[in-house]
Amino acid sequence: MSAVSSNRAFFNQLKKYYTWYTGGFITFVIVLAVLEQMGLPRVWIGYCFLFATIALYAGIGIMSRTADVAEYYVAGRRVPALFNGMATGADWMSAASFIGMAGTLYLAGFDGLGFVIGWTGGYVLVALFLAPYLRKFGQFTIPDFLGARYGGNIARSIGVFAAILCSFTYVVAQIYGVGLITSRFTGVEFGVGVFLGLAGILVCSFLGGMRAVTWTQVAQYIILIIAYMIPVVWLSVKITNFPIPQVVYGQVLQKVTAKEKELTTNPGEVAVRDIFKKNAADAKARIDALPGSWEAGKAAAAQRVEALKSSNAPVADIRAAEKAVADFPKTPDDAKAAWTRQVASNTARSGPPLPHATPFPTNKAGEAGQKERDTKRINFLALVFCMMVGTAALPHILMRYYTTPSVQEARVSVFWSLFFIFLLYFTAPALAVLAKYEVYHNVVGSSFANLPAWVAAWAKIDPTLMAISDVNKDGIVQLAEMTLGGDIIVLATPEIAGLPYVISGLVAAGGLAAALSTADGLLLTIANALSHDLYYKMINPNASTQKRVMISKLLLLVVAIFAAWVTSLKPGDILFLVGAAFSMAASAFFPALVLGVFWKRANKWGAITGMVAGLGICLFYMVHTYPQFILWFGTTRMDLWWGIAPISAGVFGVPVGIITILVVSMLTPSPSKEVQEFVEHVRYPSLRGDTVETMAR
Amino acid sequence: MQLTEKHKEYWSRNLRLTAVLLFIWFVVTFVMAWYAIPLAEFNFFGWPLSFYMAAQGSLIIYVLVIWYYAHAMRKLDLEYGVDEGDLK
Repeated sequence: MSAVSSNRAFFNQLKKYYTWYTGGFITFVIVLAVLEQMGLPRVWIGYCFLFATIALYAGIGIMSRTADVAEYYVAGRRVPALFNGMATGADWMSAASFIGMAGTLYLAGFDGLGFVIGWTGGYVLVALFLAPYLRKFGQFTIPDFLGARYGGNIARSIGVFAAILCSFTYVVAQIYGVGLITSRFTGVEFGVGVFLGLAGILVCSFLGGMRAVTWTQVAQYIILIIAYMIPVVWLSVKITNFPIPQVVYGQVLQKVTAKEKELTTNPGEVAVRDIFKKNAADAKARIDALPGSWEAGKAAAAQRVEALKSSNAPVADIRAAEKAVADFPKTPDDAKAAWTRQVASNTARSGPPLPHATPFPTNKAGEAGQKERDTKRINFLALVFCMMVGTAALPHILMRYYTTPSVQEARVSVFWSLFFIFLLYFTAPALAVLAKYEVYHNVVGSSFANLPAWVAAWAKIDPTLMAISDVNKDGIVQLAEMTLGGDIIVLATPEIAGLPYVISGLVAAGGLAAALSTADGLLLTIANALSHDLYYKMINPNASTQKRVMISKLLLLVVAIFAAWVTSLKPGDILFLVGAAFSMAASAFFPALVLGVFWKRANKWGAITGMVAGLGICLFYMVHTYPQFILWFGTTRMDLWWGIAPISAGVFGVPVGIITILVVSMLTPSPSKEVQEFVEHVRYPSLRGDTVETMAR
Repeated sequence: MQLTEKHKEYWSRNLRLTAVLLFIWFVVTFVMAWYAIPLAEFNFFGWPLSFYMAAQGSLIIYVLVIWYYAHAMRKLDLEYGVDEGDLK
């Protein structure tokens, strides 16, 4: 059979499998929905989704087990463009996209859209600059390309280091997400959830490497997109009577904007905000009066307990007063820290809602307002830049384009990748607006005695996601009386839309699929960098193929357990970790990869110094500006450069990398004739009379 | 090996296409974002224009740009005889 007809047959077979699979999954959901109506308890629905989907991925993983090198590293290079697109979509969309994105958009309005365009527009760079050329090069990892193009092990080693650094940062954020979802929907502890999720990750990738990861990722994409769409469509029907929210939410946005204006001047809202303003001013006054205010406060708290006891007050009141004594800051320094936090949190809640649709909004007037707008604008642009360039530099994404049958398929595959990602990313802003409409119209103004069911339920489950209290004691909900955690938007949408619990289980399964699929791709990248680039290419080039695959599997296990251990320490803000991974990848890889294809004159020393300088400046900026890192590494805090937030450090790393490569390459001898021929080889999908052959089989 | 004139022409046409598409990407992304405040004054089927572009419009353009690149490069490959033949 010729290559064409065998590829075609394979494609048709895949189409059949996944159609059946999708049908089966939908049937599974329907069966569970029926069982729920018959009285299946909620926690069982959670277990069913969790274990059924993990068992499913395990099944695909076991069926795809392999010991063949090309199958293990690049899925045998026969993944059709469409399916590689789906796999890339799942690989790409992490817990941050699935659960966090709509919430970020809800909270940040227009400014949150930087993530939406950043995480999609980057694929234009992948398509134009990288995917086809990497596919023509046709080996196994991204450091492979650096090693071949820039000769020798130094460039490869830097590539290995950078690949591990950014993938590890990213994978910790994913496993964190897995732990959160598992623990929320099954009630197990966070640490247990992490290791349960880890088992799920390993069964996908351990036995079959890229081959297993590819076919589970396609399965995971199907689940996550179904899980994302159903509640949003339902909510859209509820609010707009139209099932395609992406088309009609412009009207809803107008209503939200009108409501924002009303809420800005509504007397109840103003009263609540004034209370927060007063609280902030009081805390500020106490800080200014330290240490006297600390002693006075301490004495007053103790006195109150005595007064209540002597007047035979109810036990609950006495308990509360005693707790106030116990919680009172132990030293004046503690008091300063605690009260400073009070000033910040109260000030944050004392302003009117920022308009959702307005770019770079501010509540400040005059020159201060203009300054804040400008800072927001430059940070928006910087974030978009870093996310885009980072997309075109993250090794776990780029390596997916090694798996297509041809250069042309790689190009088409980028199109499918972005198309499948687009489906979720153009839905998230609609969901954010619909949820905001619901909150502004049906929660705000309702009475505390009769809160909407989902609000009451989530306020009980998790106060970081939904906190609501009657600040001005009027019995009516004011917007300023609520604080929402971003993740609630996606998690609570099924309940807001009035769907049965089975859909909430489906959403959890979708979130899990998103986190697992990304974690798989990342762990594989790390294990491959170690086993293929470090062990096989640098330490033991004579290793047999079985030994290479075995070492890779072993390393995968070790890295996964190590990553889970780091995650169980809860190392900070997920969104920042993800963003940092993008900035690091952009600074380290993008200049060397792109100039390697488009500029023949780029040479070994240019690339080496460029990668080191780019990544170096990016890391330097982060560890001197991001508070958590300053704490960890004991660095001194430095002023922001042009007000750029630490997450966008790549905005300095990338240009420094490019300029360094240009300058150093020009100062050192041009690359050998072989390297020039290598570049030509990579540039043409097929070149008659070409003597260079780079494809690894 | 020595590249023929035809090969060089293929590469320069590829570069030209890449540059044009990159320019579109740049305008859609950075120029639109830079002027987001004045562009928010325009109404686009209910959305302020800059919100629509950032939430939907530019995404659609990115998808189209990539589709067009894949399509145009296939034609270019065939025209210059550097396609992969039956591999697909």
